[in-house]
Amino acid sequence: MSAAAAGVEARLPIRSDLDLVRVRQHVRQASATLGFGLVEQTKLVTAASELARNTLVYGGGGEVEATMVGDGRRAGLRLTFSDRGPGIPDLERALSDGYTSGVGLGLGLGGARRLVHEFAIDSTPGVGTTVTVTSWTARAPRPRGGF
Amino acid sequence: MAEHETAARHRTPENPGSEVGAFLRRRREQLAQRWADEPLFRTVFTVARDEAVEAGRVVVDALAQVAGHGRVEDPADPGFTVVREQLSRMAAARARTGLTPSRVSTEVDALRVPADELLVAELPDASAEHVRACTTALTVLMGTLRLVVMETALSEGEALIDRQRLQLLEVATPVIRLWDGIVAVPLIGTLDSARSQVVMETLLESVVDQQARFAILDITGVPTVDSLVAQHLMKTVAAVRLMGAECVVSGIRPAIAQTIVHLGLDLGTVITRASLADALGYALRRLGADIVRAAPGGAQAR
Ligand SMILES: Nc1ncnc2c1ncn2[C@@H]1O[C@H](COP(=O)(O)OP(=O)(O)OP(=O)(O)O)[C@@H](O)[C@H]1O
Ligand SMILES: [Mg+2]
Repeated sequence: MSAAAAGVEARLPIRSDLDLVRVRQHVRQASATLGFGLVEQTKLVTAASELARNTLVYGGGGEVEATMVGDGRRAGLRLTFSDRGPGIPDLERALSDGYTSGVGLGLGLGGARRLVHEFAIDSTPGVGTTVTVTSWTARAPRPRGGF
Repeated sequence: MAEHETAARHRTPENPGSEVGAFLRRRREQLAQRWADEPLFRTVFTVARDEAVEAGRVVVDALAQVAGHGRVEDPADPGFTVVREQLSRMAAARARTGLTPSRVSTEVDALRVPADELLVAELPDASAEHVRACTTALTVLMGTLRLVVMETALSEGEALIDRQRLQLLEVATPVIRLWDGIVAVPLIGTLDSARSQVVMETLLESVVDQQARFAILDITGVPTVDSLVAQHLMKTVAAVRLMGAECVVSGIRPAIAQTIVHLGLDLGTVITRASLADALGYALRRLGADIVRAAPGGAQAR
């Protein structure tokens, strides 16, 4: 594991409000380590905050895994939120702005999708939900002998 | 070793748990006396040894009951219910003297030794296997006691953190009177639901107390504005309006402004200003008390 990966890669529980704070702090620090600019950092942290809260509130808790990815030119941060909650029966509806089954604004999922570069959601009713997001730094990272 | 164990199975007592339970009831007094001298009891009940002994009796009774149920390994056994609060208070008292949880745990573990000695002394004629079965049951039981103490100590710790959080909520939301009729709250840190509730209440109170016409929510110190934070902000703005005042949100940093747009938040009806100073300027002008500027053009957003 490279020096950068050491501060980036982590598996964090999402079981309480306090865990949400930890997730945000980790994503902020990890994205800064990878060289994301302030705006991109803020976007990633905000997307992570939305997805982690969904994991907690609707998924009944779960975890997030942060990994460092690279496509040879740029470094990226991938966040995978997973829970074994009830799943999402209608993905399209869940992703549409303004839809909420709770008391939220219904902007979390759709907003998170707009805040990151890549967004994938995999949900099976009765089994759980996994949301994977990835964003890439603008510049190539300093050479570190591969990821 | 392994051979012994298989051979022993035939001669182990039917139910070592209930045998340990009976032993505890018989030796209740001696054990309570011995425990009263152990650090856990001795240092908590410093005033009167009687109290330590009495506390010991209560714990022995609970253990005897749990063992009698044949559930030496079950921290959820109802037998523990009556001692849970006492144990929690003892562990908390030890923790207050600066003991780490693992030291408290070690002190609980130390209670096993006198119990073990009394038990073995009672079984001089029993077979080695019989003794082993009984001491094993006792060891498991004492391990379960340790678990119960740690559980209650932990929940005590959580309660403490909750209290501290509550206190922090209060100190972290000062409402400042900036001018006649203008109040402001500089928000710092995470704006979770509990915190935003406190913010809203204190702000509304001071709007009433100060007969404020403007309330400024400054979010310079809020690191993340997600949909929940935005929802809280908008609720606060709406509540301030209902009180007949106008709410201005200031301190939205450029990175946050861009994020809000992508998130799809519509702050359309909310009056926003770049900085607290700009918000104050806006409110003053609306109150008819404009600021006289030395140089023109200084009103630009920073
Ligand atoms: N991990 C999940 N498990 C089950 N259902 C989910 C999960 N994440 C989202 N949902 C469903 O999708 C809906 C939309 O989620 P979204 O985050 O967009 O809005 P919200 O959480 O309701 O409100 P907001 O995020 O704006 O506060 C939720 O109301 C919920 O029904
Ligand atoms: Mg949401």
